[in-house]
Amino acid sequence: MTAESTAQARTGYRERQLVVLDVNGTEHEVLVEPRRTLVDVLRHDLGLTGTHVGCEHGICGACTVLVDGRPARACLMFAAQAEGSAVRTVESLAGPDGELSDLQEAFTRHHALQCGFCTPGFLMLAEGHLAACPRTDKAEIREVVAANLCRCTGYQTIVEAIDDCARQRRNREED
Amino acid sequence: MKPAPFTYHRARDTEGAVRLLAELGDDAKPIAGGQSLVAMMGFRLARPRHLVDIARLPDLDYLRRDADGALRIGALTTHHTVETAGDGALGAGYAVLRDAMRWVGHLPIRTRGTVGGSIAHADATAEWCLLAVLFDAELTAYGPHGERRIPAAEFFHGFYTNALEPDELLVDVRFPAPARHAALTEFAERHGDFAIVSAAVTLDFGPEEGAGPGTTPLRGGRVALGGVAPTPVRVPEAEEVLAAGGRADAALFAECAARAAAAVDPPGDANGSSQYRRSLVRTLVEQALEEAVNR
Ligand SMILES: Cc1cc2nc3c(=O)[nH]c(=O)nc-3n(C[C@H](O)[C@H](O)[C@H](O)COP(=O)(O)OP(=O)(O)OC[C@H]3O[C@@H](n4cnc5c(N)ncnc54)[C@H](O)[C@@H]3O)c2cc1C
Ligand code: FES
Ligand code: FES
Repeated sequence: MTAESTAQARTGYRERQLVVLDVNGTEHEVLVEPRRTLVDVLRHDLGLTGTHVGCEHGICGACTVLVDGRPARACLMFAAQAEGSAVRTVESLAGPDGELSDLQEAFTRHHALQCGFCTPGFLMLAEGHLAACPRTDKAEIREVVAANLCRCTGYQTIVEAIDDCARQRRNREED
Repeated sequence: MKPAPFTYHRARDTEGAVRLLAELGDDAKPIAGGQSLVAMMGFRLARPRHLVDIARLPDLDYLRRDADGALRIGALTTHHTVETAGDGALGAGYAVLRDAMRWVGHLPIRTRGTVGGSIAHADATAEWCLLAVLFDAELTAYGPHGERRIPAAEFFHGFYTNALEPDELLVDVRFPAPARHAALTEFAERHGDFAIVSAAVTLDFGPEEGAGPGTTPLRGGRVALGGVAPTPVRVPEAEEVLAAGGRADAALFAECAARAAAAVDPPGDANGSSQYRRSLVRTLVEQALEEAVNR
């Protein structure tokens, strides 16, 4: 052990770092160890427990959030790496009065969740995909949702919910 | 699944990143997209004491065509940028790079993972490593002593090891010549997983105007494989079949695939026995050749 790490072990001191994050349009300052992942900061430091954490190594997608509008695994990012980016979590979807978004409504209508553990990840994955590809189709949606694991639904209803939401958004745009 | 403690540094420019890596020594690692490194650190397979974040370096994120027809990709270009690149940026000669991206993990991985990170990580079945070997790419490393260029054939040393010094960054990947008739295909148990075996090929019908599978005999081609050795490899035995020329038809492709399968000696592991991988080589090379000729 080096002198430095012995001192750390004795005092319990761990280096902390000030990280400034833009989450759902609000600026947050947190003082955390550099090894703190984005998902842990969201859940433990900011209390935004809507973002779930399953595998912690990029496989399950439960932790999916939007980073600068694009879906990303919050367990595969240190919070410090998200500085200067706009982070969006599932908490941003519903209106201020708690009214569900069209995407969330579509998930409800199509029974796109059972236990709901995977749902925040799928919602943010879909939100990012629909924003980038409003003209998407079921084949493409199927490929996109393969990124995340759901042990309950069998995916069919998730695909239908996202497809339905995409159609409704397109219809609204044409009106 | 929590990484060991480390100190985080954010580099402002390439120069500064390299200086920092040199000062911090073996205990430091660059982090780009983090799509391999963060998980490795979580498993404590990597425990760097210092991370130098290079993800924001502004001048390493580009797709550029050189006057000589080469394509240059900046190390920090994400898989997603290549996947969504227009024809103007790539041209028909490099469309295979774009098409190969759908094999790299999933969308949320591709939005952050980088071309340079993938090549530096040097996974034996990573698509970028295979493409670099297939195209004879030239990799530019930048370190405290300046730049040096490393041919892809000399870059990959073995499982997760490469020719870079600890204080060097991979900055640029140059694909020297387009290949219009090219394809990459692979097999994994689930789409998005790392491949068990991957195959990539090019077919060369010569430079004449209108040259192509319908009118011109084959002049040669390349065959590269992932998942059969500690690094991606070219297969000269299979390329000989293509170089012998003739009509680019099913019989030739079957012969080429059989030669590739006979030439490799893949290791067996939990993902597939040696024999299984050999069968995959045969199937995948044939598929890739069919796909390449139809482009
Ligand atoms: C669920 C999942 C599935 C995946 N599936 C695939 C797949 O099918 N195919 C595939 O190819 N990849 C796959 N990946 C890995 C992904 O492609 C990574 O993006 C890539 O391997 C690393 O790129 P990165 O930018 O994230 O690098 P990082 O994780 O940041 O770094 C990886 C390594 O390279 C070093 N490094 C990074 N950039 C440089 C540089 N410019 N110069 C020198 N060293 C550097 C780092 O120090 C580290 O050792 C998957 C990842 C996950 C989580
Ligand atoms: S918790 Fe992030 S992918 Fe599983
Ligand atoms: S609803 Fe239970 S895991 Fe998806």
